[in-house]
Amino acid sequence: MVVTLRARKLRRGGRIRWAMKSIFAVLSVIISLLLPSLPWARGVELLGAGATFPYPLYSKMFYEYWQLTGVKVNYQAIGSGGGIRQLVNMTVDFGGSDAFMSDEEFAKAPAKILHIPTCLGAVVLSYNLPGDPKLKFTPELVASIFLGKIARWSDEKIAKVNPEVNLPNIPIAVVHRSDGSGTTFVFTDYVSKVNPEWKSKVGRGKAVNWPVGLGAKGNPGVAGLIKQLPGAIGYIELVYALQNRMPVASIRNKKARFVQPGAASTRSAADIPLPGDTRISLTDTDAPEGYPISSFTWLLVYQEQAYKKRSMEKARELVKLLWWMTHEAQRYAGELHYGGLPEEAVEKAEKVVRSITYNGTLIHK
Amino acid sequence: MDRERIKMRVVKDRGFEVMVILLSLFSMVPLVLILFYILRNGFSAISWEFLTELPRPVGEEGGGIANAIVGSFLLVFVASLPAIPIGITAGVYLSENQKGKLPYLLRLAVEVLQGTPSIVIGIIAYLWLVIAMGGFSAVSGGIALGIMMLPVIVRTTEETLRLIPDTLKEASLALGVPYYRTIVKVVIPAGLSGITTGILISVARIAGETAPLLFTAFGNPFMNVNIIKPVNALPLLIYNYATSPYPEWHRIAWGASCILVGLVLLLNLVARIIVGRWKVQF
Amino acid sequence: MGSAQRVSAQGGEGVFQKTLLLSALAIVVLLAAIFLSLFLHSVPSLRDFGFSFLVNKTWNPVSREFGALSFLVGTLLTSCLSLIICLPFSLAISIFLGEYCIEGLLSSFLKNVTELLAGIPSVIYGFWGLFVLVPVMRKLEMKLGVAPYGVGIITASLILSVMIVPYAASIAREVISLVPSDIKEAAYSLGATKQEVITRIILPYARSGILAGILLALGRALGETMAVTMVIGNSNLLPQSIFSPGNTMASVIANEFTEATGRIYLSSLIEIGLLLFLVTTVINIIGKMIISRVSVEA
Repeated sequence: MVVTLRARKLRRGGRIRWAMKSIFAVLSVIISLLLPSLPWARGVELLGAGATFPYPLYSKMFYEYWQLTGVKVNYQAIGSGGGIRQLVNMTVDFGGSDAFMSDEEFAKAPAKILHIPTCLGAVVLSYNLPGDPKLKFTPELVASIFLGKIARWSDEKIAKVNPEVNLPNIPIAVVHRSDGSGTTFVFTDYVSKVNPEWKSKVGRGKAVNWPVGLGAKGNPGVAGLIKQLPGAIGYIELVYALQNRMPVASIRNKKARFVQPGAASTRSAADIPLPGDTRISLTDTDAPEGYPISSFTWLLVYQEQAYKKRSMEKARELVKLLWWMTHEAQRYAGELHYGGLPEEAVEKAEKVVRSITYNGTLIHK
Repeated sequence: MDRERIKMRVVKDRGFEVMVILLSLFSMVPLVLILFYILRNGFSAISWEFLTELPRPVGEEGGGIANAIVGSFLLVFVASLPAIPIGITAGVYLSENQKGKLPYLLRLAVEVLQGTPSIVIGIIAYLWLVIAMGGFSAVSGGIALGIMMLPVIVRTTEETLRLIPDTLKEASLALGVPYYRTIVKVVIPAGLSGITTGILISVARIAGETAPLLFTAFGNPFMNVNIIKPVNALPLLIYNYATSPYPEWHRIAWGASCILVGLVLLLNLVARIIVGRWKVQF
Repeated sequence: MGSAQRVSAQGGEGVFQKTLLLSALAIVVLLAAIFLSLFLHSVPSLRDFGFSFLVNKTWNPVSREFGALSFLVGTLLTSCLSLIICLPFSLAISIFLGEYCIEGLLSSFLKNVTELLAGIPSVIYGFWGLFVLVPVMRKLEMKLGVAPYGVGIITASLILSVMIVPYAASIAREVISLVPSDIKEAAYSLGATKQEVITRIILPYARSGILAGILLALGRALGETMAVTMVIGNSNLLPQSIFSPGNTMASVIANEFTEATGRIYLSSLIEIGLLLFLVTTVINIIGKMIISRVSVEA
């Protein structure tokens, strides 16, 4: 029946009309698909990728920035390793990382990359034990647990440091990151500094050869796994522990004090002279009240913004965003339990942002 | 006859039947459980707000999945544009050319493509499109999904057209209709139900794919209809939220799962109905 | 038709044939291009590591030493385990639908349910597995006295087995239906019970077809990514037991691809992708060849 109907329509000379209708349909589909992609229809959008460490803060900052200015900043938390790699590949406008790029990584990048600190965070040890006890860890204890040398919570080495706590005789389940992470870098950097065995066996890096443990993706993944797994212990950014009401351990710092992680202790860890390019590790800090596993987190951008057909407008928006994040947006840091940038860091950040150029001319006046 | 032996055999026969029935019924249990959990946890999350709003910042309550829904539709659209024409024409080629080197190679290629893991297709789309375009986009994700649609469309088109009796084609040719018109105006419309079914099934298959999108479409907290920018999608959202520690996000993930499964089931159902109703009888 | 129309018809003819040819070529070229791309990008890793890539269990991004043994073992374990678990169920379904309950409400219900199982997206299996199966496994592991991770090789295998049941079942069902009724009737006429006919006549006869079904289900299991990556525990160490966490070739790519910095790291991951591609291709082709031979015989 379909066949005969069609034949009748054609016989009535509707062939041309039919052809035109189908061409029209196809064209309108293609146009409607491409319309939003045309240059004049695009507003400026910025794309960033990287660390999960500051993701709750960035998520809030970018949402507020969108309400404020209408500029959409799409940040995907794929891990610091991912952030650096995508920036080096020039597939994103900026990268986020809690591990500053090494000189080796600099050499592999196509052009000079700048580090702009955005906030301070603390890598904390969180765990899943009945009653959420408050535990204290020494550096040796941390290394031993993550090396797999201490297998159960009831081990006497843990009890020695925590005499008042009654720990159950359940196995320790170490949780670490399965992706390339700045948080891992900060943590392993600390353990490498305080434990020579860890330094030679495992070392520091965004992804290392873990002797034991389960892997989870991103800070959220690790936090989620710790929360669900009795006997688990893992390292996550402070905010994730607080947001999920998970217990946090205090750690003995260089000056032999057991310090609770928090905005204040994180900030005091940063009370040391900073280099001009702001690339510095804050772990195992000398500051007496400082939390020993603190870190800056940075946004990484190219110094020369005129690459790969980027527009001056985009570069300018990026610089505006960076300025806003290091100044006005700092107020969100405290609310979300991140350490805001100390004055010296803001000064250094300003110098760095001011050095961003487009085709040689400075952008920020 | 040995009475004992016969009884043993009857017992074995009954026992076997019981075991087969039990195992068969038991294999339905996971499906029932999955649907049950999705409905129980997800149905309550669905609301008008859920379907029309954008996600809120990390840790905050409320928000919706509008951008993921739109993104998924966008990806399917971009995937279909190349996949449907190429798939149908290749299917026609196969149904018209049974023997020969190219048909053999093509059949082989379609088999291999169908069995290729989706993550490998994601790698390819990253290497070909993301690097070439200098960024992540709905286009790269869509093309990856389109590659995955091809085998199903080619197969079902070929099978459908082969089922159409040659007499139809020969009658048209005998009337003097040129060959290509015969195929386009007579044979294909006769097989339209099967071809449409193939398209719907392939869409159902790719609507739920996550792996190829991980490094192509990339994700986006905002609404995006621009195909050369990154886009969010339902499976991506479910993956990210499910592996997070926030109960609020888990709730949203269940709701999104509800919608995704509902969509897939609907597509399969429609495909089934089309096969039943539209089929041209010979 | 006038001569003008005839000419244009011939012109259209040529265009039409060319279009068909082009599409066919396009797909074949696409496949070749996929293989070539994977191969070319694997070259740095192939050059640096060569054969040792397959037997080295160290996967160390810091020292830039990469060996895929843990993932090969993880993939092998999960696929084989899931096959073993799914086999009784797939066979039961195909026997039930082929011999006991060929038509009717229950039959179509079961058929629909099996097809639905195949249609549920992988990420949703993973999601459900993470929230429903993993806690159950955790309780089980605590009872057994092993580390109560919940996630691990066995959990991934369980989820995988649910996912591949439909594939093995549908092929087995087809093959069982192809068994010629005359040899079945001959057996019945000799007084054989249904169970004897099934286990001694049908299954052996359909043996190669069922093997093909197994191979195709295996091919599916090998490439499965999302559900596995969500419940396998993501550890790059060689799994010690089925309760250990691990990683498969597909899941390690999903985890580490976006951030592999450095040529060797990325190249190693792509080489794993190449291996995965080759293995699934070979298995699928063998499976299809067996099926076509079985159908031809029938």
